[in-house]
Amino acid sequence: MEPATNPVDPDVDPHVPAERREVRPSPRPVLAVISAGGVLGALARYGLQQAFPHRAGQFAWATFAINVSGCLLIGVLMALLNEVWPGRRLVRPFLGVGVLGGFTTFSTYIVDIQQALAAGAARTALAYLAATALAALLAVWTGVTLSMWALRMRPVSREAGGNR
Amino acid sequence: MTVLLVALGAAVGAPLRYLTDRAIQARHDTVFPWGTFTVNVAGSAILGFLTGLPTNPALTALIGSGFCGALTTYSTFSYETLRLAQERARFYAVANVTASIVAGLGAAYTGLALAQALTN
Repeated sequence: MEPATNPVDPDVDPHVPAERREVRPSPRPVLAVISAGGVLGALARYGLQQAFPHRAGQFAWATFAINVSGCLLIGVLMALLNEVWPGRRLVRPFLGVGVLGGFTTFSTYIVDIQQALAAGAARTALAYLAATALAALLAVWTGVTLSMWALRMRPVSREAGGNR
Repeated sequence: MTVLLVALGAAVGAPLRYLTDRAIQARHDTVFPWGTFTVNVAGSAILGFLTGLPTNPALTALIGSGFCGALTTYSTFSYETLRLAQERARFYAVANVTASIVAGLGAAYTGLALAQALTN
């Protein structure tokens, strides 16, 4: 089980005082790192999609792999943020909101389904829809679970100095 | 050139997702992640609209790959679904996945139909 303080919304959760504060007094550094991270993530996605294109009606493997790997990584990141880097103001905005948010995409996923349906490949559309949703959830769960397990395997003497 | 357009779109889309999420999450008190739901459905509508327009590689790079790609997110969507399931809000977890996909597809078809109506 994770601590109860772990927010439901990893981007921003106004119920968590620390996250309410992160955009005050100046939201500019937070917005700047989100923007920069978003550019890096989107360029990586664009590069992969160009390298592994698919025709309408085919399974969009590049976007599938992007979304599933991005989900694995956000699981790892959120575990690290909760266990190792609590209170780092810009790590979550840069890596979580920016890089992984820019890397993964919901709109392309939806339009891939739409275009497979338009091409008459209803089975591919349905397989892609379900496979992405299930694999993404499994990936985020795997990322969190494996990271928490690995972090608990650490020796007791942490750099933070033991009890937190 | 195309790469620059993708970067430019993403530079705007990613912080806009954060600001939208923050504004919406501050205005309700339920566990349902309405902020992410909203950006994902809105991005699907815009991308659906774009696919209904005559092919324009520059606009596809700027608005499609860049802006819509960065405005919408699968990682946050899945993480929120997992958190809802872990918080014993299983109904909300299932509803989040179902409603996001159904509303996203509905938005994409609405965008497509609108674009086709405007260009015909």
